[in-house]
Amino acid sequence: MNSKRQIRFRLNGEDTEIAFAPHKTLLEVLREDLNLTGTKHGCELGECGTCAVLVDGRSILSCLMLGLEAEGREVKTIEGMAQGAELHPLQQTFADLGAAQCGYCSPGFLLVAEELLQKSPNPSRAEIQEALSGNLCRCTGYIKIYEAVELAAARMRGEPYELPAESIYGLD
Amino acid sequence: MDKDLNVVGKPFRKVDARAKCVGQTKFADDIVLPRMLFCKILRSHVPHALIKSIDVSKALAVPGVLAVITGKDLPISYGILPVSQDEHALCIDKVRFVGDPVAAVAAIDEDTAFDAMNLIEVEYEPLNTISTIEEAVLIDEPRIHEYGDNGNVHKKVSLEFGNVEDGFAAADLVREDVFFYEGNTHLPMEQHAAVAHFDADQKLTLWSSTQTPHYVHRALAKVFEMPAAHIRVIATPNGGGFGGKSDPFNHEVAVCKLAMITGRPVKVTLTREEVFYCHRGRHPVLMKVKTGVKNDGAITAMHFQSFLDGGAYGSYGVASTFYTGALQTVTYDVPRYKFQGLRAFTNKPPCGPKRGHGTPQPRYALEVHLDKIAEQLQIDPVEIRRQHLVAPNTVTANYLRVGSMGLGQCLDKVVEGSDWKNRFSWDQQNRKLPYGKGIGIACSSYICGAGLPIYWNNMPQSGVQLRLDRQGGVCVMCGSTDIGQGSDSILAYIVAEILGIDPFDIRVVTADTDLTPVDLGSYSSRVTLMTGNAAIQAAERARELLVLAVAEKLGVPIENLSLAERRVFDVENPELGVSFAEAVVLAESKFGTIGTVGSYTPPRSPGKFKGSGVGPSPAYSYSAAVAEVDVNPDTGIVVVERVWIAHDIGRSINPLLVMGQVEGSVYMGLGEILMEEMTYRTNRNVVHKFPSLLEYKSPTTMEMCDVKTYLIEDPDPNGPYGAKEVGQGPLLPVPPAVANAVYNAVGVRIDEVPITPEKVMRALKDKARGRDPRYGPDAVPIVEWPEPLRVLTPAEGGDGTEMPSVAVHS
Amino acid sequence: MMRLPKFEYHTPQNIAEAVKIMADAGPAGQFVAGGTDLYPNMKRRQQVPATVISVMRLAELNQIIGDGAQGLRIGASVTLTDICEHPVINRDYPVVAKAARTISTPLLRNMGTIGGNLLLDTRCNYYDQNYEWRKGINFCLKKDGDVCWVAPGSAKCWAVQSSDLVPVMVAIGAKFRLVSTLGERLIDAAGFYNDDGIDYLHKRPDELLVDVQLPPTNGWRASYQKLRRRGAFDFPVLGVAAWLSMDQGVVRDAKVVLGGIAPAPVGIAEAADALIGKPLVDDQIHAAAEAAYVKARPLDNTDFVYQWRKQMARQYTLRALRDLQT
Repeated sequence: MNSKRQIRFRLNGEDTEIAFAPHKTLLEVLREDLNLTGTKHGCELGECGTCAVLVDGRSILSCLMLGLEAEGREVKTIEGMAQGAELHPLQQTFADLGAAQCGYCSPGFLLVAEELLQKSPNPSRAEIQEALSGNLCRCTGYIKIYEAVELAAARMRGEPYELPAESIYGLD
Repeated sequence: MDKDLNVVGKPFRKVDARAKCVGQTKFADDIVLPRMLFCKILRSHVPHALIKSIDVSKALAVPGVLAVITGKDLPISYGILPVSQDEHALCIDKVRFVGDPVAAVAAIDEDTAFDAMNLIEVEYEPLNTISTIEEAVLIDEPRIHEYGDNGNVHKKVSLEFGNVEDGFAAADLVREDVFFYEGNTHLPMEQHAAVAHFDADQKLTLWSSTQTPHYVHRALAKVFEMPAAHIRVIATPNGGGFGGKSDPFNHEVAVCKLAMITGRPVKVTLTREEVFYCHRGRHPVLMKVKTGVKNDGAITAMHFQSFLDGGAYGSYGVASTFYTGALQTVTYDVPRYKFQGLRAFTNKPPCGPKRGHGTPQPRYALEVHLDKIAEQLQIDPVEIRRQHLVAPNTVTANYLRVGSMGLGQCLDKVVEGSDWKNRFSWDQQNRKLPYGKGIGIACSSYICGAGLPIYWNNMPQSGVQLRLDRQGGVCVMCGSTDIGQGSDSILAYIVAEILGIDPFDIRVVTADTDLTPVDLGSYSSRVTLMTGNAAIQAAERARELLVLAVAEKLGVPIENLSLAERRVFDVENPELGVSFAEAVVLAESKFGTIGTVGSYTPPRSPGKFKGSGVGPSPAYSYSAAVAEVDVNPDTGIVVVERVWIAHDIGRSINPLLVMGQVEGSVYMGLGEILMEEMTYRTNRNVVHKFPSLLEYKSPTTMEMCDVKTYLIEDPDPNGPYGAKEVGQGPLLPVPPAVANAVYNAVGVRIDEVPITPEKVMRALKDKARGRDPRYGPDAVPIVEWPEPLRVLTPAEGGDGTEMPSVAVHS
Repeated sequence: MMRLPKFEYHTPQNIAEAVKIMADAGPAGQFVAGGTDLYPNMKRRQQVPATVISVMRLAELNQIIGDGAQGLRIGASVTLTDICEHPVINRDYPVVAKAARTISTPLLRNMGTIGGNLLLDTRCNYYDQNYEWRKGINFCLKKDGDVCWVAPGSAKCWAVQSSDLVPVMVAIGAKFRLVSTLGERLIDAAGFYNDDGIDYLHKRPDELLVDVQLPPTNGWRASYQKLRRRGAFDFPVLGVAAWLSMDQGVVRDAKVVLGGIAPAPVGIAEAADALIGKPLVDDQIHAAAEAAYVKARPLDNTDFVYQWRKQMARQYTLRALRDLQT
């Protein structure tokens, strides 16, 4: 049961081969065997969304997927979200608006938000809430996260959009 | 001051924000060292027992196991407060709650460590348990600890400022209410982790997700009887703290010991369940508050009693106990005040400081109590507050010096924003809102740093060191720890402001006991105020050196020089100047290597009585909130639809970060009032009812309400640029505002936090049957209190010292 | 970090291979689809199968065939997200899509399958805990112990059926197709669940759930109402599925099925009786809701105070039936 098994898959756009014990989750393989520690964990039981990554474009909980199940698939982690040195618009707005406070849940939120904007380039606030409902954040109260998603979405659509002053300075 | 500011007050991103959004930030569990071992800790599955024997032989025999340690390997106790050195990294002769650590394993991987941990055999001799405040007060034996005021009472305090009985006699109405605030926990998304390395030169390094590296440093030096100079503690960026990573923890001590034994680095990462056992969260507090008021709502006297369920260890508990009685006086004028507090030991994970440390519980009680008084007097709840605010620049009956005080402005904003006047009425028959919809208001205040450090000393609470190099580089070093609130960025903003450079030009090095001057840590909302002031001092000193050198070079008077846009120039002839880097070269040529320091020590408190150490602060922040709720009378389910909140921040160093703290505080307050509970099965070995992220109910996006925020800028002379705290204070008014709104919506009082639908339905049923439409505790335990320590109030001509205890109080 | 115990992992490519591996593995074998139920249980050592057999690659389990006119077959490995988004399900079986949308979170629905949800292990606050915690209460009847702490005198385990889709499938009369090396059988959802928290399915461990067969939508309508603390993550602590077939303004047939309150879904025959043969008006709805309240007997092993959950059976039955009034 212990001997390692080897798989091949696409990881952040690159062909990857890696061998690991078959009972390891994708979360463990990413963090421990591939040293991609950007994927975080909060419970390892599917109860917080912190470990979310994209597999074939769909967000999943890497703590509940076996590493072996990545065979032949396309996995994207937070490390693969930027285009080279250019941050993804969501990464920029999350950073600029304080949507990442402690930053621990941010990788999961960012990838789930990326999936949302792929499907729905102009999501309503309610859609964003629903799409992010599987990711817990204890710092932000989610509001700056919504605003970051909305601002990134507008930029990705190429529309001019400015955050209301009340989001930055409060109401008068 | 405003016109010249280039950085302060601007919504810059945090200096570490991008790293957090690309997965580059290294949290403690992300650290990997060559040959690193993994630690698992065996924890007690019984709540209270003597340890008869521990057999680790089977665990040691597992291939891949390098060391197993037990309590006898770590005989020296520690604890965050000097008066409560009651913890051992691994229990020696006794376990005190389910989750208490008993043994630790180091192995080549976590699977092996886990398997070995399960082979450790512990023989326990069970003891009876103490599981509630009431039991702790009534049952002296068995004692959970051999110290404390008596039996299972950890601490009793009793203070009286002025004669409250005289105050009650002068009142038109005296009202008494009892409340209970259930415990809850921080639940940072990051589970605590630590890595220890003991190098060939016998120096110990610990990387840990701690909010207080300085205190961990002290604890390690004590436990290992090592020179502190041989120990280095590095606080990694905390993946959320909220107070939960402010104690020195057993797992930190254990990995250090295992690293010393094995000569290899050792990592421990707690499971979510273990994080629940670390706890140090909100104390469950039972409270009785008695207040005398005049017909106009002016308070004549207040007597507040609190009973804290402390769990199995001291932690910050003595301070927590005092905090439940400290800040009642800084919002509304309380001319005479008496406080009695008791902390009990119980066989549960220890409670400690959570966001608002010891003050959300009494604040909830006070604000709901005041709402009831207002209704009895038929005064608008806004007016009963606004008419009796503490005046700025005064000293309260319990000797807290209030500086700036923006609560009146806060009230005005939320009242206007929520359209209060058109929506609130005491008259349930002629409601302004439909039945089931309600609004409620509450105010609060919080400290901006504790006036005194945790251990007695005369040194500064915060130090900043600044290094300028000839390439124009600026490095700011400080012991403070960024737990997500942005304290690293605050240092950069302030130094950038003074040196006229961009905050992103600055390298910030923090939370490393080898490299950074001491800052006491990220607790008590102290960081912006204290490190900010220290940073100002260090930067001003550096600025002076630059200006002297540049003035000499340019031949202009020093007072003509300004630092901005990465230049040092003559304000009268801006063309005349040098670049910032050139200025550093000039200064280094003239003075030698440029390094400056700054430090901050809070002003002395006017209180000099025993117990006066808790409550004083350089400044107090203020908040007011209005909550709008929907209560379904058929189910009792409460939905908080919107919160208007105004926070007196003094000045925003960065408004965007302030907004984030306000919104996050509202979120956490919402969780506390609606659903979060640390509860135990007292009939089943006092196990935590459900130590998981699924059943500990943290609000999701679907529960978070709309938040309308107002920032009140009333600069405080003690704050850097006038800034006050925002990390904790805005949580405080949320629970009572929601409770008052629920009453407004359906006419029932839920005097117990959290307000769950079951409680609302019970109260609604009572209301329908003509009974008291209330859910909550009826009484507090009867306790023999020590004779109160009496202090004359400032108004009575007191000088802050206690009166000699003579005649028995009437 | 919570980690999985060690096990053999198989990824068969067809049903025959899958059931063969299972037959060979015997009691130590366990099928897995999305893993969102099994793997947490394994990490907590509630289940420790030596052989885990993935059914995610079986083509037949990944199909959706048919429509409301002829009936719909949904492969057991179809993810809950695909159920939520499937146009035919949304058009012809909106109640199935609606119930699926209430399950846990978007992330979990991207992984979890309809089959996994229908076979969901029963849940209990004394059981869904890790080994050390369960040791702290001296274990329980369902795993490693001999007492049901929910009802200590009871010989039966009271762990709760906690799927949102189960009451819906029972109410609308779905059938499940099971395959093993011994052959194939079709079983009514209503007869599939057993009122025992341990032995909660009328299914042998070696049988593979292949697909779910929804009946044609000839005139019936159904609704689902879920009670939980939060709008995401939480399992139902009460779920009410209502099914009606109307004939000229009169209820011809009706079913009200409660989930989340007992080891099996609870059909409320008295609620149906209150509705059948009468127009769907408030009096009838209230009578049905009262019947649901009387029959609902939740115990203290989920979130919320159980007496309140019982009261909510009335409210949520009202809501489910009112959804069908319009």
